[in-house]
Amino acid sequence: MTTVLELRGITKSFPGVLANDDVNLTLEQGEIHALLGENGAGKTTLMNILYGLYKPDKGEILVQGKKVDVQDPNDAIAHGIGMVHQHFMLIPVMTVTENVMLGVEPTLNGIFLDKDKVAKHIREISEQYGLEVDPNAYIKDLPVGIQQRVEIIKVLYRQADILILDEPTAVLTPQEVEGLFKILQTLIDKGKSIIFITHKLKEVMAVADRITVLRVGRTVGTVSPKEVTLEKLASMMVGREVNLVVRKKLAQPKGPALEVKDLYVRDERKNMVVNGVSFDVRKGEVLGVAGVQGNGQTELVYALTGLLPAESGELILLGQPVRHTTPRAIIERGVAHIPEDRQKHGLQLSFPLYDNFILCNYYLPPFAKGISMQQSVIVSNGEKLIKQFDVRTPNVSMNASTLSGGNQQKVIIGREFSRPIELLIASQPTRGLDVGSIEYIHNRIIEKRDEGTAILLVSSELDEILALSDRIAVMYRGQIMDIVEASKASKEYLGLLMAGIKPAEAQKVTPKSAKTTEAERVF
Amino acid sequence: MTTETLPQNKKASNQRQMITGIVLLAIGLLMFVLFARGTQPGQEAKFGMNLSNNAETIPIPDLILPVQPSLYALIAITIFLGGWQLARGIRSTGLLIGIVAFSFVAAFLIWATKDQSFNLVGMLSSSLVRATPIALAALCGVISERAAVVNIGIEGTMLLAAEAAVVFATVTNNLWVGLLTAILTGGLIAAIHAILVIRFRVDQIVSGVAINIFGTGTTSFLSSRFLEKNIDALNNSGTFQIIPLPLLSKIPIIGPIFFQNNIIVYLMIILVVIIHILLFYTPWGLRTRAVGEHPKAADTLGINVYFMRYVNVIIGGMIAGLGGAYFTIGSVGRFDQDMTAGKGFIGLAAMIFGKWNPIGAFSSSLIFGFADSLQVKMQILGVNIPSEFLQMAPYIVTIIVLTGIVGRAIPPAADGTPYEKQ
Repeated sequence: MTTVLELRGITKSFPGVLANDDVNLTLEQGEIHALLGENGAGKTTLMNILYGLYKPDKGEILVQGKKVDVQDPNDAIAHGIGMVHQHFMLIPVMTVTENVMLGVEPTLNGIFLDKDKVAKHIREISEQYGLEVDPNAYIKDLPVGIQQRVEIIKVLYRQADILILDEPTAVLTPQEVEGLFKILQTLIDKGKSIIFITHKLKEVMAVADRITVLRVGRTVGTVSPKEVTLEKLASMMVGREVNLVVRKKLAQPKGPALEVKDLYVRDERKNMVVNGVSFDVRKGEVLGVAGVQGNGQTELVYALTGLLPAESGELILLGQPVRHTTPRAIIERGVAHIPEDRQKHGLQLSFPLYDNFILCNYYLPPFAKGISMQQSVIVSNGEKLIKQFDVRTPNVSMNASTLSGGNQQKVIIGREFSRPIELLIASQPTRGLDVGSIEYIHNRIIEKRDEGTAILLVSSELDEILALSDRIAVMYRGQIMDIVEASKASKEYLGLLMAGIKPAEAQKVTPKSAKTTEAERVF
Repeated sequence: MTTETLPQNKKASNQRQMITGIVLLAIGLLMFVLFARGTQPGQEAKFGMNLSNNAETIPIPDLILPVQPSLYALIAITIFLGGWQLARGIRSTGLLIGIVAFSFVAAFLIWATKDQSFNLVGMLSSSLVRATPIALAALCGVISERAAVVNIGIEGTMLLAAEAAVVFATVTNNLWVGLLTAILTGGLIAAIHAILVIRFRVDQIVSGVAINIFGTGTTSFLSSRFLEKNIDALNNSGTFQIIPLPLLSKIPIIGPIFFQNNIIVYLMIILVVIIHILLFYTPWGLRTRAVGEHPKAADTLGINVYFMRYVNVIIGGMIAGLGGAYFTIGSVGRFDQDMTAGKGFIGLAAMIFGKWNPIGAFSSSLIFGFADSLQVKMQILGVNIPSEFLQMAPYIVTIIVLTGIVGRAIPPAADGTPYEKQ
């Protein structure tokens, strides 16, 4: 084994944050090296330094044993380093070929783009590495999994030997993840070396040869998956013991809190994105809505919370129909909403925390008396909730924008849970959060359920859905494919539904229900 | 999203189809009330098919149409299309609107020309000439906005270039110097815009507005202070001669319209073709579009986003400068205050209508040029419509076009947003 890449003592600070503090990493020829850490641990910063997008304050990069200077992505590419970014760097209105050739365009007569040559090259790469894709397809027409292949082809087209994949599984269905892992194996067999960035423990155990764990910008250690357990990795990542399994009693569901009948919703561009959805959520149960992002879940939640009008269909909330109503009227009926985009819909970032805590009921006593706000009541309410919901902040008059993602989410949960609610609509409640915050939020949601609140959980993380739900609905292209009992659901079956396979077809491939062990419920 | 037709979508499209059908029927009725009602049998409209005093082109006979039957035929076409749309639906909305718009304009012309004669080729030829500054402004917009920089300062840029052109051409007594000065002036103003919005991240609209105010103010000041008092020394350049292209200019109808023009009109047509090719078939174009759609993606592939934007905005400015030169040394040979009369803005409308595509922008410029040319000819013809209303025509067309009558145009995804490297 030869070392193809070595990072020595990389240090990088941003104003107020030490993102990387003396980080070391070695990559051997032909290995998949996982870089594991919570959000904000400095994984992406480190890789952006390696790829020339940031300049390190200190430290050096060695490729094939030689010290190199990486000023910009061109240098990285020249040294055989390629990166697949977490948010794909693809141009939707262009074809696969155009995206691949961008930046290194071969020409005819020195003037005209030679697309045929590139298309041919793409087909060769496809064949060699099992990355099937149509070079003439437009990116916007391709599913996410294929888009990722295009990203990998882009890197291979530039003849990279070292591939960096930044959170590559975040946007994929379970089947697509399987496919990706196969592709990674092929790449390794052909002599490439891979750095795999993730915060998902199970993936690391499945695919990595070695694991380097980062915590708050420092290397905690490098381990082999054979030597460690999930629990050990989690505690390396978080720095304390973490309970990975959501422990919950069997649900005791009562009458329905929300009934949705044949709901149609158009998005802001007037496309019909929810196509006749029917379901109900009962008091004291969690209904999980699984599905790859962009299959209408967002608009479904918007319609339920009054942010978008429904085109047609019926909503019955606590036995009463909801029609032509405002978000405020829905809130007043006892609906809580943890929005998908916490910075856009959840918080007023430029307001202090105490104001953010009363966004739902600022106009009601005790916070308002007539037309005047009761500042002292508002502040003391904020102080109480900060303690109660463990929001880490210097004081309650800090602006919401200064908080980390996890703490921002706790502010939202504090606001929504501190008033009497009958139904909680939680959309991607733990997106982008670290293991510690996820654990906290999951426990709070289950607590609410046990108090008898109905919970509608929308998440694109199948593991999260499996961990929390009592029943699971899978959404695909605006329709609910099937609703299954969570305790008996098989992950493979759900994955197929998420990919748009009809329930009858999916059952031929894999049983609908399976016994899941507790280990599989690890999130 | 889905390939299957959804029941709700179908309903909505049925509704749209009904509305279009009813609008078409209403237009047919309107054509009858406005045009056909007041005509008598036996009236004729004579359309000239040759430019007057034009020895270049092989002459062809004029087109003489019987007014009443022609009008009824056009109305019948419109009503038929409306009925068809109501009953069955027509796929191609563009074609539909095209045919109906043509029928309406033709009916208007026939009505206005009844018992008179009207030089059709002359008007079409002047449409192209009048479209020239609009098309150049639109091209400027296309290549700036394809790299995601909005330049609404085109109007001011053209004014400054127009004035610079005439002054330098008069002083040096050389039109080519004037042309070069105009192009450089345009490039310089665009460079300032580029530095402001790319380097200093000034709001692109604010910077563009500032350029417009600066352009109007400066040119008016210089004009009233110096040019008006020294017309012969500073503001009398003469204009570029018409260059008939050999052989091509002899073709009837097409010859006089396209191949008997001055250098600026030819340059405009050449630029439309060149920029179209550059934008869609060369590395420069691919990179430009990438920078306009997803600058971060371009950056991660080692493309210098800022450099691409500077180059595009400055080239765009030079094209706008050429457009400015048209007003003075390409058309009347002197500078008048505010002589661009909103052509820079209409150019931006043409860019949007043309979906940020050079050939599309050129085609829509022709529509605006046609509206402009039409109002002038109608005044000459003495149509019974107040001239103020006729003068509105190009702007009314602009507004109708911008309300999105022909589908919504999608701008480059990053259009108008500054790029910040982390």
